[in-house]
This record gives sequence, C-alpha cells and structure tokens, in this order.
Amino acid sequence: MGWFDSGWGLSLTVFLPLVGAAVVMLIPRAQEQLVKQAALAFALASFAASVLVGFRFDYGVSGFQLDTNLSWISAINSNFHVGVDGISLPMLILSTLITVLAIIYSWNHWPEPHNPKAFLVLILLLATGMAGTFVALDLVLFFIFFELVLLPMYFMIGIWGDRTRIKLAVFNREVETRLYAAIKFFLFTLFGSAFMLLGFIALNARGGSFDIVELSEMGRAGVFAGSFGFWVFAALFIGFAVKVPMWPFHTWLPDAHTAAPTVGSVLLAAILLKLGSYGFIRISLPILPEEAQNWAPAIAILAVIAIIYGSLACLAQTDMKRLIAFSSVGHMGFVMLGIATLTEVGINAAVIGMVAHGVITGMLFFLAGSMQHRYHTREMARLGGNLKLMPILGGMLGFTAMASLGLPGLAGFWGEFMALFGSFNPLDGLSLGVFRTAMVIGAIGTILTAGYMLWMLQKVNLGEPNAEWSGKEFHDVDRYEWFAWAPLLVGIVAIGVFPKIVFGATDGTVEALVRTAFGG
Amino acid sequence: MIHALNALVAAEEAHVAEHSDGGWLAAGAWTLVVVPLVAAAIIIFVGKRLPRKGWELAWAAMGYVGVYGVALFIANASSGIVYEQSFEIARMGSFAIEWGWVVDGLSITLYTLVGVVGFAVFTYAKGYMEGEIRYTFFFGAFTFFAGAMLVLVSAPNMLQLIVGWELVGVASYLLIGHYWEDKENSNAAMKAFLVNKVADVGLIIGVIVIAATVGSLRFTDVLEAAAVGDSALADVAVAGGILLFIGAMGKSAQFPFHVWLPDAMAGPTPVSSLMHAATMVTAGVYLVGRMFPFYEGMAEDVRPLIIAVGVITLFAMGLIAMVQDDIKKVLAYSTLSQLGYMTAAMGAGAYTAGMFHLFTHAFFKGLLFLVAGSVIHGVHSNNMSDMGGLRKLMPKTYWTWIVGTLALMGIFPLSGFFSKDEILAQFSHGGETLALIVAVGGAFITAFYMTRATLLTFWGEYKGSAHPDESPNIMTRPLIGLAVLSAVAGFANVPGVYDGFTEWITTRGQAILEYHPDGIDFGIAAIGLAVGLAGIYAGWVLFSKDRATQRERDSFEVPVLYRLLRNKYYIDDLYAVGLVNPIKGPIARFVNWTNQAILDGIVNAAGIMVKGLGTFVYGFDQRGLDFGINAAGFSAGEAGETLRHSQTGKVQQYAAALFVGMALLVAGFMIFN
Repeated sequence: MGWFDSGWGLSLTVFLPLVGAAVVMLIPRAQEQLVKQAALAFALASFAASVLVGFRFDYGVSGFQLDTNLSWISAINSNFHVGVDGISLPMLILSTLITVLAIIYSWNHWPEPHNPKAFLVLILLLATGMAGTFVALDLVLFFIFFELVLLPMYFMIGIWGDRTRIKLAVFNREVETRLYAAIKFFLFTLFGSAFMLLGFIALNARGGSFDIVELSEMGRAGVFAGSFGFWVFAALFIGFAVKVPMWPFHTWLPDAHTAAPTVGSVLLAAILLKLGSYGFIRISLPILPEEAQNWAPAIAILAVIAIIYGSLACLAQTDMKRLIAFSSVGHMGFVMLGIATLTEVGINAAVIGMVAHGVITGMLFFLAGSMQHRYHTREMARLGGNLKLMPILGGMLGFTAMASLGLPGLAGFWGEFMALFGSFNPLDGLSLGVFRTAMVIGAIGTILTAGYMLWMLQKVNLGEPNAEWSGKEFHDVDRYEWFAWAPLLVGIVAIGVFPKIVFGATDGTVEALVRTAFGG
Repeated sequence: MIHALNALVAAEEAHVAEHSDGGWLAAGAWTLVVVPLVAAAIIIFVGKRLPRKGWELAWAAMGYVGVYGVALFIANASSGIVYEQSFEIARMGSFAIEWGWVVDGLSITLYTLVGVVGFAVFTYAKGYMEGEIRYTFFFGAFTFFAGAMLVLVSAPNMLQLIVGWELVGVASYLLIGHYWEDKENSNAAMKAFLVNKVADVGLIIGVIVIAATVGSLRFTDVLEAAAVGDSALADVAVAGGILLFIGAMGKSAQFPFHVWLPDAMAGPTPVSSLMHAATMVTAGVYLVGRMFPFYEGMAEDVRPLIIAVGVITLFAMGLIAMVQDDIKKVLAYSTLSQLGYMTAAMGAGAYTAGMFHLFTHAFFKGLLFLVAGSVIHGVHSNNMSDMGGLRKLMPKTYWTWIVGTLALMGIFPLSGFFSKDEILAQFSHGGETLALIVAVGGAFITAFYMTRATLLTFWGEYKGSAHPDESPNIMTRPLIGLAVLSAVAGFANVPGVYDGFTEWITTRGQAILEYHPDGIDFGIAAIGLAVGLAGIYAGWVLFSKDRATQRERDSFEVPVLYRLLRNKYYIDDLYAVGLVNPIKGPIARFVNWTNQAILDGIVNAAGIMVKGLGTFVYGFDQRGLDFGINAAGFSAGEAGETLRHSQTGKVQQYAAALFVGMALLVAGFMIFN
C-alpha cells in the first residue's frame, strides 16, 4: 500500500470524480441509465478511496499523513502538496459520502429541466472541488479547489433551481428566484475569494512560499506579525466568513439554499459551508496565530449574533426550506464560537459541529426536498398532518429536527455543548468577559433553536392534514430515499452516542495545533 | 438560620453506613438502562407486528427493571451498596467524556420507583390505552422514557445527567403530544419542552461552570472538591449552585417554571402518573439530592433560595388546586405543591426527609392519577362536573382513591403522614419557622382540595351522560397494588422506631451530614394531623351538599381570589404576552425585515453599482445585462447548451471585473506595504 499512502490515495479520492465527469460527458445523453451508473461508480470509488485513507491513517500521530509534495507551477513556487490530518480526514470522508448519497437520491428525483447528464457532471466536479479543498496544503491549490466548487453550484442553482419569481428590495423588480440566488451566490463568494486570494498573495510576498506547512512554521516564528498580519487576517477573514457564512455576510445563504435543487441544497449545507470554517482552522489560525488572538473576540461576538439572529429569523419564515436554510446561520455560529475560543475543546467542538451539521442539515434538506416533490409546495401554512399522510417521512423529519435542535444522544449536541464549554475557559489572554457572555447568549440561542424547530414540526408534521390533500395518494419514503438517507440517520445516532468517531481523529491534531500555534 | 442549622448538624455524628460493592448485581445494573432502550427501539420499529402490538415487550422491560430494582433495593437494605463504573467515550486532552452507572442508596431508590411504579402503570396502560390511536408508538415512547430516566438516574457524571435529562424531556414531549391531531395538545407538548429548555440553560451553564472549574464532570470529583474546600470551586460554588438549581426548577416544575406541568395533563393518564407525578418530575429534587453535600457545604448560601422556591410553590400551587374542575388538573397542582415540599426540604438540609417524601409520593400520587384515569375511562370526561356518585358504581376505584387521598393528606398511619411529618419536623428543628407555618398551611389546603375532589367525584348524584362501571381487572389490580404500597410505605422510616429508609438513602460514597431525630416529634405530628383533619372538615362542610354545576359549587369562593386562582395568577398570560408572543411575532419579523430590507438591500445596492461599473467598463448592451439575465440559455432549459453558451461569458465578465479590482488592490498593497 506504499503507493496509496504516498499521495495516490488522496489523489484518487480527489480526482476520481473529475475523471468520472469526463467519462460521463462521453456517454450519449440518451443513455440515461448508463450515465447514472457511471457517475455513481466514480463517486463510490472516490468514497471507497477516502474510507481507505481513513483506515491507513495513523490516529496516534498529529502531523499530515498520506501526503505528497510535487513540484507543480515552479514559476510561482507552487507545489502539488496534499495530505490529511485529524481535522481534514472527517471532512474528506463526509464530502465523498454526501456526494454518493446525492447521486443515489438523484436517481429518481430530477428537478426540471431534467438533463441528468449535465447535472451529474456538475455533482462530480463539485466532489473534486470539495475533496480537493480538504486535502490541499498549498495555498494556490487550495484556492483552485475552493473556486472549483463555485461554478458547478452556480449552474446547479441557476438552471435547476426554483422558478418562482421574487420581488427584490432596492431593485423593486421581479426576477426569477433561481437567477437571483445563483448570481448572488456567485458574486458574493467571488467577492470573498478575491480578498482571500489577496491574502494568499500577500503571504507569499512576505514568506516566499505558498506552502501551508511552511507558512505555519513561519507564522509561529512571528514572520507575519504586526499590521501586515492584521490586514492579511482581515482579507482571509472576509473570504472565509462569506463562505461560512458569518453574520452579516450570510444573506446569500437563505436565497441560495432555498432556490437550489434538493441535491444542491444538501451539498451546500453539508459541505460547502464547511470550506469556510475549515479555512479558518487550516489557514488563518496556524499561519496567523497572533492575529487569531486579536480577532477572536470579534469572531465570537459575530458568532453569537449569528446564533440569535439566525434563530429569530427562522421564527419569521413561512417557507419550510428557507427556515432550514436560515437554521444553518445559527448552527455555523456555534462552530465559529468554538473556533474563536482557540482552545482544544472549542476547536474539537467546531469540527464535530461541522460534521454533525453536515449530516443533520443535509438530511433536513433531503426531507424538505422530498416533501416539496410530493406536495409541490414549501409553504408551512399549507402543509400539516404530514405525519398522518406519510408516517415514515414525518417520523424522519421529527427525528432529524430533534437532532438539529441539539438533543443529547444525537450528533448535534456535542458541537453546541463543547463550544459553550470552550467559551467558559477560552485561550489564556482572551477576554473572559466577552467569551463568558457569549457562552450565556449562545446557550439562550439553544432555546430559540428548539423553539423554531418544534414550531416547524407542529406546522408541518402535526395536526390534521389540510383539506386540499384529501383524496390524494402520497407515496411514503421510497427505496432510493432509504438508501440515500439511512447512512445519515445512522450517522446522527452513531456520532451522538459515540462521539469518538470524530474526536478520535481530531483530538491529537487539534491539541498539536493549539499547542504549537498558541502555546496553550 | 442556615449557619445555625449547620452548627447543629456538625454536632451530629456523620452517618456513614456500612456498604459493599454490590457484586454482580451492581456491576450488571447497566442493563437497567439498556433493556428499556433496546425494547423501545424494537417496539417503535417492529412493535406493530408483535401479537400484542408491542405492549408485551414494554411490559416485560418494565418487569425487568422492577425485579432488578427490587433486588437492588433488598441488597442495599441488607448490606448497603456503593458502586460506580465509568467508561470513556471520547477524550479531549485531559478532559474525558464518560458513560457509566452509579449504584448507591440514592440511585437504587429511583431505580426501584421507576421499576415498581412503572410496572404497575404499564400493566394498567394496557387496559387504559386499548383501542387508542398510535397504541404501539405510545408504548415505544413510554419505554423510551423509562430508559432515558434510568440514564439520568444512573449518571455518575453531569454530562450523562444532561443527556438523560433532555431525553426524558423528549419523551415527555412525545407523550404529552400523543393526540397531536388537536393543536392544544401539541401546544402543551411544546410548552413543556420549551419551558424545560429555558431552565436547562441554567443546568448546562451550571455544569460547565462547575466542571470546568473542577476539571471533571464526575459527581464524585465535584463532591470531593467541595468536601476538601477546593478554593477554585468555592469561588463559583454559589453561582454554580444557583444555575444547577434553575435546571432542577424546570424539571421539577417549581415556581416560576411550573407552568408546563398542568398543561402536560393533555397526555394520556398513565403518562401523567408515571412521568408527571411519580418519577420524571422528581428529577430536579434528585439532582439536588445527588449534589446535596455540595449544597450543604460550599453552596450553602443557595439554600435560602431553594427553601423559598419550594415554599412558594407548595403553597401557591396548592391554592390553585382548590378551584380546578378537571380532576387531572387537581392532581397536577397537587403534584406541584408536593414537589414544593420536597424542594423546600432539600433546601432546609433535610435530605432524608425530602427523599422519603419523594419515595412515598411516587406511590400515592402515581396511584391517584391511575384512579383518575380509571374514572375518566368510565365517564369519558375529565371534568368533575360530569362525575359524582361514582363510589357505588366503581367501588374498587373509589376505595383505592380513598387510600391514596388519605396518604396524600398525611393522615395516620398512611405513608404521607410519615414523610410529610418528617419534613415539618425538620423545618421545626432547623428553625425554619416561616417555612414550617406555610407548610402546615399547605397541609390544610391539601386536605381541603382532596376532600373537595373526593366529594365531587365519588359522592352525590352522577351527572355525566356516559354509563360508567368498574374498570377491568388489568386496571384495578395495579390500583390495589399501589394502594397497598401507599398505605405501608411510611413505615419504612419511623424516627426512633425503625429508620431503615434513612440507612438506605444515605448509603453513598459521600457522607451526608444532616439531623436525624431520635423519635417522632409528637407536637409537630399532632399539628400536621390536626390541620389535615381540619381541611377534611372544611371540605366536607362546603362540598358535601351536592350541587348542580361547578360554577355554583365554587360560588362562595372569595371573589377576587377565586378569579386570581382560576387564572393561575395570570402567570401563563404574562409569559405569553410579555415573552413568547413578542419573540415569535414582532421581534422575529423585525429581524427578518432587517435581513430582507437592510442587509440584502445593501447587497442589492452593491449589485447595482457593480452592474453599473460593469456597464461602464465593458460597454455592455443594457438589455443584455438586465439583472434578470433572462437570456436564452437559462430559460430554454437546455442545460447542455447553457454550459457552452454565452451565459458563462457573463459570469466571467463579472469575475473579470472583480479580479481586475483585486489586482489593483494587490498592487496597492505591495506598493504601500
């Protein structure tokens, strides 16, 4: 397995979907079944490779593993440097898994205008971008993968998205939801990426390298200290904060998630948002440790604003999918709060929070999509009694909503609880006042979270079904849905009962990160 | 007052019982948790295919817990058991997350209650729930509750306690909202969950504060730190103590978090009996009991608060019980009141007395709810104005009710007499005069409202429209079993004569310092009995004459007070008007508006500007750049086309504009750096 451990394993994980995309493109459009099978085969192969990476990974070691470092664009001293550590490994496996599930789900859920071939090519492209971002150890490589995600999602929303029309503030004119959402998503993220790239270039200008490992060492040595560091952190902050998204850069999220086709929403929520928080942990913290400490209180404050603001906004939604979309703002607030503590507990909380949010909110979007598929509406006022019409689907919705509100014993609890725990004792030198206040406000946010989730359940699941559905036949969860969802449901329970699944991988790496970067 | 009590307590011999590690019985106690949880999962997934629709599995699981609990109880009574086992399920540096189980006098008492009362209730529920909607799911959720409650009770660390704590909350939500077709019921379920969630903020922060300070989540480590006077813990002891107690107030429905419990009566009556009277609602008292050495030592300054909350609850909620027409609501307010007694006792340093009242209350209040269910089963109404005269029609139901009622009133020699008397005696001994007076007043109120309920339900003429007769054996036998326990449980602890319960409950890893009386305080006992009899007499005088309607019956009530009580002191309305409605309505809408109009407005305005810039720079055709971008590729829906088509070009142009800007920034940065 030497070849696998020395770069091939990760390269296969990352590029198999890209190869798959090329293969799928070669298959004639008419052969729909073959197109689907080919796409699924490559996604499964990539998933298998990532699982094998997980088996080959040595959990007792904290550095990067299964890595390779090849000369790539020598003109700018950029290398093809990839590797995984305990932080990226869970995210890598999550991203390949969600890709497989998205393709299985798509089997018989095609949003208009159909065209499975193009749709699957986009999913596979996305898969390469997502997996690549999690293994890239070179800033140029990271940037390319980070941006590679953008275009497929743009097309997914713009072409297969919601066709209703909305009226915009300021513009005062009606546009198609999918177009507005797609362009907003694209420009917003690009806006952030531009700053991020600026930061990368600046780091290279000062450090003479794009290598994350080398830059981290320089960062520890204080090469990027001072106002230079401040501005670079600011640039990276904008890039990552848009992606997370942190308040107030979040407004693309509800539109994009709501307008995207089901699978698009799932991928957005489960993986794409994590690229931002992952960027903070992988790049901002180790390379700019001093600035991270200066910025931490601000990040914590924005995080708790997001928790409260996102939850309150959820209470005002009438569209079920938009409510779920807004819930991500609050949940990612907990992730960012954990990161801001700069402690072992907090960053572990952030990673498990990212994984948990991936499986839980991914599942919620699947469910919302399947309900829309059957009811042809997302208006909660028209839904109701879903548990009566479709007991299994309704039961799954209830279960997943409980997981989303942070019920102990299910996956969502650990990220929330440990983030609050970390906030009580943040890194030495950080303001106790800010972080302990953040802890209390964040804890209050959990009440609001429970409030809007239960409220959604009451409107959608409980009560008597609306008269307009009487006499209609509803098909409860079908075979493809079972296949796509079962791994997520199992994951929610497994991580909840046995969080070591995630902590076992992350702990050593996070400990090393905190110790080397912050001496804590 | 507290310090005076401590001085007295210190003078007492610290009571450390002889104990063993319990052998295989204690080592295998993890099955108490696993068996119900696995049974619940099986019932929910495949219960419908079983011959009795899943009930048999639920019943067997409860039987297992009951038998195991009793076995532990006997073993503890004979030789004392202190056992603790923990397994690590995750680790962050030095901070371990663990799962385990505690077997000591305190947890065994709760295991036994859950098992024994639970077995009676599950037996009864077969008859009660016959033919009800979602029969199988009901037993699945109910069995899940038992498992979750045992997770809570068996917790050796605070995190596991939180897990069990919130899981019983979910079970409560599911079961209160069992008849969720009706919005009122799902509202009640939500109310229970959310009120508890508010209190849980206190619990969670309290746990964080204490665990982060001590560096461990284990109760033993925290109590050890408290015992040795760890200075870091001392700094946060009062804050931590208050926060934990806030959590306890939610679960044990203490004022001002009591509002969820009366509404929780929307659930099927077996649920009210086991969860909302006998076991789940006592979890808060249990938590204070588990942390008792902390509250009697470092966090002693919290105790006046605990006493005050308990005393307010026991009195104010007892008053409301006097004016209810719904028989289950009478019992619900009575439960609140009795939980107030337990809480106040804990605050006053009376660990044994508080836990003893928890013990006896589980039997007689569990029984009374089941009796109420039997009555409701017969008359198809919860309202006492539809009842009357049932003592002839339902004799077994009637006589078991009488036993439960007399026990609750504290009439000698039934169990409530002993446990309530011990609490009163402890108030008296500790110099808690005000608490003593209010608690004695509460005893009068208890006797009064139970007399009223008894007369309205079982005496006079029957006023309902259904044709009630005695409930089937499967329902009446559990009533008789619980009635026997309600009658005799008090003899488990008779000061000076037999102090078995004191031994059992204080068999713990930590010394419990408290005052143990040498004998019954006959003065206090006489007062307690006298006010009980006075309450019965007052109730008899006012309600023995059969009257036609509820309104008429209560018409002699003090006008202002009556309205105040009927409206539950307007506390529910205050929460609705002052808190819930504003958050759900205007505040949420305002936040959403700021998102749509202000934040998005800025984004859209920036979009216009970028678009204008793009137009200026590239000289685009104005129509082509129309923000809708309704150009051919997208709306034609030809994705394959689109991928190749000009629209990609448009995005590229946006991208180009941004990257040009960025390049300028980079250049500027390089120059000025």
